[in-house]
Amino acid sequence: MKEYEKTGVLSLKDLRLPNEKQLEKGVAIIECVQHIPCNPCVDACPFDAISMKDINDLPVVDFDKCVGCGQCISVCPGLAIFVVKHIMDGKALISIPYEFLPVPSVNDKVEALDREGRFVDTVVVKKVVKKGKTWVVTVLANVEDAMNIRNIRV
Amino acid sequence: MRIQNHPIIDFKQKKKITFYFNRRKLEGFEGDSIASALYANGVKVFTKSLRYDNPRGFFCGIGKCASCLMRVNGIPNVRTCIAPLKENIKVETQEKLPALSSAEFNKQHKKTLTVDLLVVGAGPAGMCSSIEAARQGASVLLVDENMDVGGQLIKQTHKFFGSKQERAGTRGIEIAEELKKEIKKLQEQKKINLMVNSTVIGYYEGEKGKHRFGVVKRKGYSSIFYEVVCRAVVFSCGAMENMLLFPGNDLPGVYGAGAVQTLMNVYGVKPGNRVLMVGAGNVGLIVSYQLLQAGVQVDRVVEAAPVIGGYHVHAAKLRRCGVPIYTSYSVKEVYGRNCVEGAVVVKLDENWNPIEGTEEKIKCDTVCLAVGLTPSTRLLSQAGVEMEFIPEAGGYVALHNRFMETTVDNIYVAGDSSGIEEASTAMIEGKIAGVAASLKLGYNQNAKKLLKQYLEELDRLRSGPFGEKPRIAKEKITKFLEKKT
Ligand SMILES: Cc1cc2nc3c(=O)[nH]c(=O)nc-3n(C[C@H](O)[C@H](O)[C@H](O)COP(=O)(O)OP(=O)(O)OC[C@H]3O[C@@H](n4cnc5c(N)ncnc54)[C@H](O)[C@@H]3O)c2cc1C
Ligand code: SF4
Ligand code: SF4
Ligand code: FES
Repeated sequence: MKEYEKTGVLSLKDLRLPNEKQLEKGVAIIECVQHIPCNPCVDACPFDAISMKDINDLPVVDFDKCVGCGQCISVCPGLAIFVVKHIMDGKALISIPYEFLPVPSVNDKVEALDREGRFVDTVVVKKVVKKGKTWVVTVLANVEDAMNIRNIRV
Repeated sequence: MRIQNHPIIDFKQKKKITFYFNRRKLEGFEGDSIASALYANGVKVFTKSLRYDNPRGFFCGIGKCASCLMRVNGIPNVRTCIAPLKENIKVETQEKLPALSSAEFNKQHKKTLTVDLLVVGAGPAGMCSSIEAARQGASVLLVDENMDVGGQLIKQTHKFFGSKQERAGTRGIEIAEELKKEIKKLQEQKKINLMVNSTVIGYYEGEKGKHRFGVVKRKGYSSIFYEVVCRAVVFSCGAMENMLLFPGNDLPGVYGAGAVQTLMNVYGVKPGNRVLMVGAGNVGLIVSYQLLQAGVQVDRVVEAAPVIGGYHVHAAKLRRCGVPIYTSYSVKEVYGRNCVEGAVVVKLDENWNPIEGTEEKIKCDTVCLAVGLTPSTRLLSQAGVEMEFIPEAGGYVALHNRFMETTVDNIYVAGDSSGIEEASTAMIEGKIAGVAASLKLGYNQNAKKLLKQYLEELDRLRSGPFGEKPRIAKEKITKFLEKKT
């Protein structure tokens, strides 16, 4: 039995992670680890960066093909896709799907939360995009938190 | 209690409606059910238990359990959870068993409707059956006891899984809208006759090659009786919520997940302020997340099994909002004077027995049960269809072949009433039943090719590890069927 099957919380060991160079370009981190019948992420990527053999297979991101555009984030019904981009000065941009009110505005300060909803840091909102009824919120955080921040509280 | 702002649903400002509850003047909105309007006014006690006078609230919220019965304009036993709110109506709680009013049907002439195909229930399965059969050329009568079509779909605000064909990434509520539009189009072309607020109440013997049903249409709060004569029928009646045994399970505030979902996502009324969710299958996880979106706190999710049963992605969404999920935990009792005031949860050992000393008291005003569904099959057994108890399907189900036909000629089944599964598969089963029934009646617009395509889609959806339960259920059904024939 995997720990996340009990807790609902993934650890980094459960994920396939990109290298630093790929992170500098910005890539999608897909936190979808079970064989569920689902594949809209594959169709959503304009760069053919997500592949899947069969609808019940796991989505695999080709970190070299992925350009970090974030198109796949809002179609994923599991809200399981995030985009992480390492930028200068020890900072990173993290794009997160968001379906709550109030929706933050650019330059707002919000609380960044980890996979268990625990407070990580106060971060600044850099971009807010609405796709259908899912918002994609991009925040600026410290690079060492980039693989932990997975939610925001406004 | 009304939800003011919602991230997904646009609750439009509606016309105010005045009504009376036990002589008290209250206000609701157009589009409310009587129950949702009462609830929004803070009324939680709907009836009293017959023997001990215990307060009771509603439970299922979808017309299936009878715990919301009240007298409306003098008419007893109205299921207030599916009865529309109207201006100036007088709603009263009933004392004990109310006297039945005089047999109202007798005052009217019996009306007879004759069609090729009767579809019972307008959830995703029934809507798809009707659309497909009408496209094949069959005349269709679609009956549903709710105020509008859609079944469980109209409350599913989350995006669906699956592939493009099943509209993956689209929200359940949007899929329901699309299907509704299609039905409307076919209604205008006189290919589908839709009767809402109507219940199929019984099966009667018909002439050879015909099936005969009684249908009650509610007009105001009294009823009109119809006789329906059809050549084929699809039962897509959905399912009923399961109950759990524990002290206090009848207190107002203990609700089925479907009721909670209906109240908040259809009527825009919050079920409470703080909820304990019981069950970490997909339904429990999804409804918990929807509660958060409606601005309701979720204390935690307890799950008796050692692992989370629903998809990890649903669990992860909840966890990162700070909602804990306790596996190997259950609810021991719920307490409160007139309504839920709190609950006691307890840890379970590997044999699912409570471990003494691990009890924990939780403050909450709502306990939501998401512990599975049981297929609605009463009409099927009345029609003489062979039934078997299949745990993986959720209880007794009608034996049926790949084309969804039961052991009685021209009687079909689809969706949750053929075995508990999900909306995506319910839609495909509905399509298969609709096309197959029409084909057998002699309508054929490329029917065989369509059937092949739908059967393949169904297999593909069920082929992963999460499709194991329905796969086993359907295999067992096939085996029983082979034994019988
Ligand atoms: C809380 C919850 C969350 C869910 N989330 C998902 C999800 O994310 N994805 C997914 O794929 N599935 C989901 N499901 C499952 C999905 O909703 C059901 O599998 C699906 O709705 C079943 O469709 P159906 O047409 O068989 O039945 P239903 O949608 O239940 O429709 C049955 C209809 O029949 C009517 N009816 C019954 N008997 C009669 C009668 N005698 N006369 C007239 N009308 C009658 C009922 O009023 C009802 O409208 C969820 C279910 C629940 C309860
Ligand atoms: S971020 Fe853009 S390029 Fe990368 S996988 Fe998603 S859609 Fe494709
Ligand atoms: S769309 Fe989301 S949930 Fe579906 S397979 Fe892709 S990542 Fe997983
Ligand atoms: S029938 Fe109305 S609550 Fe169950």
